Amino acid sequence: MNFTLKIWRQKNVTAKGEMVSYDVSGISPDSSFFEMLDTLNQKLITTDGDPVAFDHDCREGICGTCSLYINGRPHGPVKGVTTCQLHMRAFKDGDTIFIEPWRAKAFPVVRDLVVDRSALDKIIQAGGYVSVNTGGVPDANTIPVPKEKSDAAFDAATCIGCGACVAACSNAAAMLFIGAKVSHLALLPQGRVEAAKRVQNMVACMDELGFGNCSNTYACESDCPKGISVTNIARMNREFLGAKLFSEKEKVIKESL
Amino acid sequence: MYSSITKKVLMALPGLFLVTFLCVHLGINLMLLKNDGGRAFSEAATFMGTNPVIKVAEIVLFAGFLLHIAFGLIVSGQNRSARPVAYARSNSSDTSFFSKYMFHTGIIVFIFLALHFCDFYFIKIGLVAPPTGIAVHDFYSRTLLLFSTPWYSLFYIVSFIVLGIHLNHAIQSAFQTLGWNHSKYTDAVKVIGSVYSVAIAAGFSIVPIYVLFFLN
Repeated sequence: MNFTLKIWRQKNVTAKGEMVSYDVSGISPDSSFFEMLDTLNQKLITTDGDPVAFDHDCREGICGTCSLYINGRPHGPVKGVTTCQLHMRAFKDGDTIFIEPWRAKAFPVVRDLVVDRSALDKIIQAGGYVSVNTGGVPDANTIPVPKEKSDAAFDAATCIGCGACVAACSNAAAMLFIGAKVSHLALLPQGRVEAAKRVQNMVACMDELGFGNCSNTYACESDCPKGISVTNIARMNREFLGAKLFSEKEKVIKESL
Repeated sequence: MYSSITKKVLMALPGLFLVTFLCVHLGINLMLLKNDGGRAFSEAATFMGTNPVIKVAEIVLFAGFLLHIAFGLIVSGQNRSARPVAYARSNSSDTSFFSKYMFHTGIIVFIFLALHFCDFYFIKIGLVAPPTGIAVHDFYSRTLLLFSTPWYSLFYIVSFIVLGIHLNHAIQSAFQTLGWNHSKYTDAVKVIGSVYSVAIAAGFSIVPIYVLFFLN
C-alpha cells in the first residue's frame, strides 16, 4: 500500500513547527501504524533526513504512551484501540494521512509528535491515591465491596492515562481522565475515606494547569481507547458538589490551649 | 476564582430556570392564536406585568440571564485558550454536531434577546417610546405590527430554530453537569430535552406564521 503522510515537524518546545509531506510505499496492510512510521524513519535515516519523533512503549495497547492524532481523531479511525494497535488495513491505498501531536495548552510539544503529558501526573499527585499502609494481605471479605461498585470501579480503573480525551475534546478538557480516577477510588471503601479531599484537590490542580472546561460533547468517550464512560464525569461532578457543600471541616486545635 | 465545575453549575442552574421560563412565555404567546382580538393575550400580559409574585420572579429571571451569559462567556473564553495551537485537520470524533457550537448559538440568541428587549421590555418600562398609534401597554397591537413585517418574522423564526438547537444540547448537558446521571433516566432526559427543544422552536414560530398567513 502507498500513502501520503502529512506530519507535524517541530525541532523543540520553542521552535515553530509545520506540517511536512512524505510519501511511503510498499506498506503491508498487516503492518501496524508504528511499523509504517518505522519504515518512513528508516528511509529518512538512510537519506540523511531527520527521523520523526513519536512516543511509543509497550506496543500492546496497555501502557498509554502512544499519542498520535490521526486524521482528526486521537489514536486514529478505529474505535477502542490505541495508536499502536492500529493497522494499515484501516486505511485505503493511496490515502493522505494527517498525523499531529495532541494539542492542548497543558501538553506542550517537545519535538515533532511527542508532547509532555506530565500535567496528568501532576493531577494524580494532587490526590489520585489512597494514603494507607498496605500491611499484610487481609482476609477475604474483611472489607465488603458491593459487586456493582467493584464493577464500576474496575471499568474506571481501565484508564491508561494516554490523554486521548484531552486531545479529542474541543475544549482540551481533562474531565474524563479525572472523572475516571476520582470514580475508581471513590467507589471503593479504601478510597472513600479521602474522597472529598481528593476530588477538590484534583479539580483545583486541573484548573491550575490550564485545561478547558467540559461542555459535554462526549468526544472523549467516543475516542477513549478503553471506552471510559462519561458517567464517570457525572459521578465526579456529584462528588465535587457534595464535597463543596457537605464535607466535614478539619478541627483546628488552637496553639494557646 | 470559582473552579471549573462550580462555574458550569452556575451556568447550568440558571439555564434550567430559563428553560422553564420559556414554557410560561410560550403559553402566553399561544394565546395570540385565540381569535378574540387579543383579549386573552392582553389579560395574560397585564397579569404578568402587575402580579407581585411575577415581579419577584422577573428579578430572578434577569439574574438568571446575567449569570448564564456571564459564566457562559467566561467558560467559553477559557475553553478557547486551552488549545492555543489548533489542529491542521479538524476534529472528526463522533459527537453531535451542534454541541460544539453552544457559544455561537448562544450569541445569536443573545442578539435576539437584545432586540426583543428593545421591542417590548424597554417600551414597557418607558425607556423607549412606542411606535405612533400604539399604547405603551398594548402588546397585542405591537406584536401584530412587528410580525406583519416579513423580515422580522423570518429573523424571529430563525432565532427560535437556533434556540432549539441550543436547548437540544443544553438540557441533557445541564443534567450531566449537575451530576444527575443514571442508567434509569439519562436516556429519558435526552429524549425529553430534544422533544422540548423542538416544541419550543415550533411553538414560538407558529405565532409569526399565523400572523403572516392567516390573520389578514
